[in-house]
Amino acid sequence: MMDRYTKLQLVGIYAALAVFLTFILLPFFEMFMASLRPLEHLFRSPYQFWSDDFSLQAYKDMWVTVPLLGRYIFNSIFIATSVTVITMVFVVPAAYAYARLEFPFKNISLGIFLGVNMFTGAVLLIPLYRVLRTMGLLNTYWAMIVPGVAFLIPTGIWLLRSYLEKIPRELEEAAFVDGASRMYTLRRVVLPLAVPGLIVVSVAVFIGAYAQQFLFAITFNQTRELQPLPAGLFEFIGYQSVTWNEMMAAALVGVLPVMLIFLFLQKYLVAGLTAGAVKE
Amino acid sequence: MAELSAQASQPAANTRKRAMSENLFGWLLVAPAMFFIAVIVAWPLAETIRLSFMDAGLGGEEFIGLENYQDLADSRKFHQTVIRTFYWMFLSVGIKLIMGLIGATLLNAAIPGRALFRVLVMPPWVIPVAIGCIGWLWLYNGYFGVLSGVMMKLGITDGPFEFLAYKSSAFYSAVVTDVWVGTPMVTLFFLAAMQGVSRDLYEAAWVDGAGRWYRFRRITIPQIMPVIVSMALLSAIFTFNSFEIIWILTEGGPRSATTTLIIDTYKVAIGNYKFGEGAARAVVIVVLLAVFSLIYLFFLNKINKRYGAK
Repeated sequence: MMDRYTKLQLVGIYAALAVFLTFILLPFFEMFMASLRPLEHLFRSPYQFWSDDFSLQAYKDMWVTVPLLGRYIFNSIFIATSVTVITMVFVVPAAYAYARLEFPFKNISLGIFLGVNMFTGAVLLIPLYRVLRTMGLLNTYWAMIVPGVAFLIPTGIWLLRSYLEKIPRELEEAAFVDGASRMYTLRRVVLPLAVPGLIVVSVAVFIGAYAQQFLFAITFNQTRELQPLPAGLFEFIGYQSVTWNEMMAAALVGVLPVMLIFLFLQKYLVAGLTAGAVKE
Repeated sequence: MAELSAQASQPAANTRKRAMSENLFGWLLVAPAMFFIAVIVAWPLAETIRLSFMDAGLGGEEFIGLENYQDLADSRKFHQTVIRTFYWMFLSVGIKLIMGLIGATLLNAAIPGRALFRVLVMPPWVIPVAIGCIGWLWLYNGYFGVLSGVMMKLGITDGPFEFLAYKSSAFYSAVVTDVWVGTPMVTLFFLAAMQGVSRDLYEAAWVDGAGRWYRFRRITIPQIMPVIVSMALLSAIFTFNSFEIIWILTEGGPRSATTTLIIDTYKVAIGNYKFGEGAARAVVIVVLLAVFSLIYLFFLNKINKRYGAK
C-alpha cells in the first residue's frame, strides 16, 4: 500500500512532529511551569529546568495580588458573549440573503463586507474614538462591544452563508407552495435546520471576540473595573516587581473558558472554519 | 432550479412582482448589518481620509492640504518604517507558509495518534493573542526565561541574554512570536485542503511508480495552490496589521527596531495625539492593503484558470 511507511520514515515523521509541537506548545508549558514555582525560585539565575518546590500557591495568591482578577475574567466573558449575541442578530438575516436571494448589488455589497476584513481597528482608531465619544460610549462596556461587533460581522456572514447554501432549497420551496411568507419560512424552516451551523459560527465569533479585546480595551476604556483579562494583566506587567508566577497562573485560568469550549467543539469548528478550503 | 421552473409557469406580471419583493426582502435583511458597518467602519474610514489633510490634534483642526503626506515622503524614519514593515511581513508570512506546509503534511500522514496531534496544534489559534504574548514575554526573559537558560547551559552565551533588549534580536523574536500565532491557522487550512485532494490522483501516480516527494510536488502543491495563495494573502494582511504582538513584547522598541506601520500609526495618533499625522499614516496602510488585495485577486484568477478550479 502506498500509505505504508518504513520504520525509518515513521521515526522521522514522529521526530519532526515532536519538534513542530514543541514550538507550538512551549509557551504554554513554560507558563504552566512558572505558575507552579515560588517567586523567589523563579528569580533564581541561572535558569533551572527542574524545581523541587512546586506548589499551587500562585493560584491562591493571584486573587490577592490582582484584586480585580475575577472581575477581569468576568468582563472578558461578558464582552465576548455580548459581541457574539449582537453579531449573530446582524449576521443571520444577512447571511440568509446572500445564500438564497437575488437582489441588486448583491456581489458588490458582499465584497464590501469582506473588504472590512482587511482592516484592523488600529487603522480607524482616531475617528472611531470620536464616534464613540460622540455617542457617549467611551469607558463603558459598549466601547469594547460595538467595534468588536463591526469587525466580526463580515466573518460571521461569510461562514454562515456557506453553511446555509448547503441546506436543500426544496424544503423552502415546499413551504412557499403552501403559501408561507418569506419571513415565516426563514424562521420556521431555515433556522431550525441551520442550528448546527449557527452554533459553529457563534462559537467562532465568540472565540474571535474573546481574542480581539486587547486593542479596543486599552484605547477606548480607562475604567479599570471594566477591563477584560488581557488588558488587565498587561497593566500589571508595567509594575516594578512583576509576580510572574501569579501572572502566568492568572493568564492560564483566563484562557480556560475558551479552551474548554474549543476542546468540546473542535471537530465541528475546524470543519466549519476551513470549509472554504475544501473543494466540493 | 425548482424555483425557476415554478416561476416560468406563472404569468409574467406575477414573476416580476415576486422578483420585486425578493429585491426588497434581500436588502431588508442585509440593511442592518450594512448600516452597522457604515457607522463603525466606513464613516471612520472616510473621516480618516479627511483628517489626513488636516493639522489635527487635541486643540482643533486646520486644513493644510498635503503637508502630512509631504512630511511622510520626506521623513527618512518613515521610509525605514515602511521597509521594516515589508521585511517583517515577507519574512513572517514566508516562514508561516513553509511551517504550515510541513505541519499539514506531517498531520496528514496516516500514523497512529494523528487525531490528537491535530488538536495539539490549535491552542495558539484559539487563545487571545495578548495572552500568548505574555507567555512569550516570559520565554524571552534573559534571567529567568527558558531560552536564555538553554543557551547558557549549552554554552552559546556566557551570561543571561535579554532577547528583547537588542535591536535585531528583538525584531527576530517578534517574528518568531508572530509565526507562532499564525502557523496553526495556516496549517489547519492546508491540512483541510490536502484532505480534499482526490485519492485517485495519488493512487494513479503511485501505480506509475511516483515517489512521495514527486507526488507532493506534482499533485499536492498544484491541487492546494488556491488555498496557498489565499493563506498567503490572509497571513500577509494579519501580519501587516499585527499590533498586539509587537505592542506587548516591545512597544515598538528598542530604538524603533520593531516599529511597523501599525505601531507607528498608533504611537503618533493615540500616544502623541497627532491625529492628522496619524491619519495620513493610516491612509498609507489602507492603500497598501488595497494593493495587496488586487494583486491577490489577480493571482487567484490566474491560478484558478491554470489549475482549472471547479
